[in-house]
Amino acid sequence: MALKDSAQSNIIRKMGPLLGLVLLSGAMALLSDRFLDVNNLLNVARQVSINAIISVGMTMVILTGGIDLSVGSTVALAGSVTAGLLTAGQGMSTAILAGLVIGVVLGCFNGFLITRANVPPFIATLGTMTAARGFTLVYTDGRPITGMDDAFRFLGGGYIAGIPVPVVLMIIVFAAAYVVLRQTKFGRYVYAIGGNEEAARLSGIHTKKILLSVYSIAGLLAGFSGIIMASRLNSAQPTAGVSFELDAIAAVVLGGTSLSGGMGTIGGTLIGALIIGILDNGLNLLNVSSFYQQVAKGAVILLAVIVDNRRKKGA
Amino acid sequence: MVRFSAKKNMWSVLLLAVFVMSILLTGCGGNKPAADTAKKSVVGLSVSTLNNPFFVDLRDGAKAAAEAGGMDLVVMDAQNDASKQLANIENLIQQKVGVIIVNPVDSKAIVPAIEAANKAGIPVITVDRGAAGGKVVCSIASDNVAGGKLAGQYIVDKLGGKGKLVELEGIPGTSAANDRGKGFNEAAKAAAGLTVVAKQPADFDRAKGMKVMENILQANPEINAVFAHNDEMALGALEAIKAAKRNNVIVVGFDATEDAVKAVNAGTLGATVAQKPKDMGKIAIETAKKVMAKETVPESIPVALELIVKK
Repeated sequence: MALKDSAQSNIIRKMGPLLGLVLLSGAMALLSDRFLDVNNLLNVARQVSINAIISVGMTMVILTGGIDLSVGSTVALAGSVTAGLLTAGQGMSTAILAGLVIGVVLGCFNGFLITRANVPPFIATLGTMTAARGFTLVYTDGRPITGMDDAFRFLGGGYIAGIPVPVVLMIIVFAAAYVVLRQTKFGRYVYAIGGNEEAARLSGIHTKKILLSVYSIAGLLAGFSGIIMASRLNSAQPTAGVSFELDAIAAVVLGGTSLSGGMGTIGGTLIGALIIGILDNGLNLLNVSSFYQQVAKGAVILLAVIVDNRRKKGA
Repeated sequence: MVRFSAKKNMWSVLLLAVFVMSILLTGCGGNKPAADTAKKSVVGLSVSTLNNPFFVDLRDGAKAAAEAGGMDLVVMDAQNDASKQLANIENLIQQKVGVIIVNPVDSKAIVPAIEAANKAGIPVITVDRGAAGGKVVCSIASDNVAGGKLAGQYIVDKLGGKGKLVELEGIPGTSAANDRGKGFNEAAKAAAGLTVVAKQPADFDRAKGMKVMENILQANPEINAVFAHNDEMALGALEAIKAAKRNNVIVVGFDATEDAVKAVNAGTLGATVAQKPKDMGKIAIETAKKVMAKETVPESIPVALELIVKK
């Protein structure tokens, strides 16, 4: 019986966010005749991609019962380093690799603090967030970096078969994460740690290794997003990515992943990111005052968490 | 048990949907969104932030002018985030507005957004800050270097060409911060007796202006005058100076926001440079109207500056 119960509640977990997305899209389509235009949908997908890629890493982190506040600063530092190396005449692959390495290093550092120094994830990543933002300002001297080759712009502004490149990258990242979480031992361990870290450790899982990997992946994906964003704006902003961690957490939570870990899906996160993106885009199209937009976004996030809590109580 | 929770779940989702819809409807105020561009000309205005009274004034000037000219104005707030501004402008392009007026967060990061508008055949006007690329039909701005000079000259005259100065800088790398600083330093350098003892960014923000000034006051026992790149920082610095009971420090701001003008008339703030954001918004809308009527417009329109001192 228990198995059936959990299967059923799992379906509901997935259906809830999807239903929300469908209803929201329906409302937007009714209210604005521009919303369902193919161009606009591609536009929404492109706007969502950066947050969505960050949210994949955030999903894994939250599944283990942790949190990563440093992703926004990672976006800025990785983007700045890549742009800086490009303007210094380095090759595209070197510069992009360096940005990705920065992401991994920051993530790895988070993992190290959490697993070896026993710092709670919230505090560890808060420290990294602040320090990485400082490093970004030091590296850029507080000024935007511009003057990259036009070839670099393909990453954020190009198209592959009519689909914007960031959207293609987002789909690849989600597909990979889906396979990893669903089909591999690593994925099962991530869920196991989130369910009960102590039990996972006692059953022979290298919890520290897994956690280190999860935070490294989160850093890598945040760095990747930062590089895409620098390309999209054709400039690396030292203030880029401020409060991106909150958008990512919101996408994960809206997607039905439980903040206490162990429960949630990568597909849900995609839906969550789409809900936020459609809210932003739709409220823009409808010419709703930006002040109301923030109220609406906040209300949606809060309600999603309330839904999550009620589900837990009811189950 | 499970069924019960499922029900609860559905209810919550429904509640959420109803809530979102109600927000949308209240937000729209029941008016049909700007889709029928043929009937009424629609102008898009992307503002760098509405958390700063200066840009709120700019928006208000544009709003009033649009109403007077019988145009629809769609305003978007980028909250000082260049990537959000790009998304805003992409959304304006999707709405097929007639003209896009943009007040860039950053003059270089705005280029891809302007290029996207160029591609869609929508004319772009920049206001207050310029763009480093793309095709802009008209840029409307005040000469910030001249404004910085005005402020610097006021301090030079007040101090008789001798004293220790503090400069509170805006967001590093923004053209406003660069130009105002340049003008101010040119005027200050001309007087041999003046030294700038501290130069710190406070990001155009009042709370930061106060915090940075508190620290500078700790480090420098003697300060005669402060020039802040905008009024928000100047007013923050003024609070810090008041709290430290340091008298006779002349503080000069920039932008002539309502708060600052009040402070000037109360005698607490020395002076501020008026950029007339309301006029900027108004001129931008008038220019947009000309562009839509296919009239020729000048490549750049300077908006007059003036030094506001106690009457």
